[in-house]
Amino acid sequence: MATRSQIDPAFLDNDGKPLFHLGEEPHHPEGSSTALGFWIYLMSDCLIFACLFATYAVLGGNYAAGPGPRDLFDLNLVALNTAMLLFSSITYGFAMLAMEKNRVGATQAWLAITGLFGLAFLSIELYEFAHLIHEGATPQRSGFLSAFFALVGTHGLHVTFGIVWLVTLMVQVGKKGLIAANQRRLMCLSMFWHFLDVIWIGVFTFVYLMGMLR
Amino acid sequence: MSAHDHETHAGSHGTMGSYMIGFGLSVLLTAIPFWLVMNKTFANPQVTAFIIMGFAVVQIVVHMIYFLHMNTRSEGGWSMMALIFTLVLVVITLSGSMWVMYHLNANMMPHMEHDMSQMP
Repeated sequence: MATRSQIDPAFLDNDGKPLFHLGEEPHHPEGSSTALGFWIYLMSDCLIFACLFATYAVLGGNYAAGPGPRDLFDLNLVALNTAMLLFSSITYGFAMLAMEKNRVGATQAWLAITGLFGLAFLSIELYEFAHLIHEGATPQRSGFLSAFFALVGTHGLHVTFGIVWLVTLMVQVGKKGLIAANQRRLMCLSMFWHFLDVIWIGVFTFVYLMGMLR
Repeated sequence: MSAHDHETHAGSHGTMGSYMIGFGLSVLLTAIPFWLVMNKTFANPQVTAFIIMGFAVVQIVVHMIYFLHMNTRSEGGWSMMALIFTLVLVVITLSGSMWVMYHLNANMMPHMEHDMSQMP
């Protein structure tokens, strides 16, 4: 065959016969595809939230003669909560900047502050939930409350696991320092944390602010 | 890790300046909708609803650019492709659910006019 000589040598085996796969797998440095893989995970998480938002959009008006958003929501508390999550986002950003400068102490300090803001967010949310349940506005009360607790609760659960992950990484950074693997893990948690803040924008706009307009 | 790898690595994380711009914009884009709703600036709630939804969309874009460092170049454009694909699915899920369920609700109501007209 005249064309054989034109075939890329990478596609020929030792006897010069054409291969239908690469002779040698292309080399990828370890962890080079982690960011994309984690991003795709976040996008699938985004679809979970899209379904919960859609459920809330459908059921959000079904009060079953029970309390509605105007009776239940306290916008001052929600504004405080939003501020906590926004502060935790920027402090995580500072942790990433400290990580790039290879400053272990500063990274750990900013991570700790981020975790505390996250805990403050969770405490306020749990206080709100406890208050609602105390008033009889339980998830069983109406379709609106079921959808509300499912959506906001799932977000809160994500923040909880984010904090667990953050503490885990602080221990790992404490033990091994800012090695390449830990930098990669911190980068993934950074994406997760900022992603949760993005979801919260949807929650406070669509659930709380628009609920008060009904 | 080669020098080139390190460069792209650092470039994808943003700087102090970009984080502060993102934070400042986010504070503004959060405060204004809260203020609009709490002060009842517009008499018509539908106008307020459209405006705060606009603010939310802008803030999500701000977070994507300044905090999540999204751009068309990262990961050879594949993260942007995944994002666009997800956004298409999100729009279909949300608008589809609301559209279908609204019509289902409207057509299943027991006291609709055409049902009543067929009553004996």
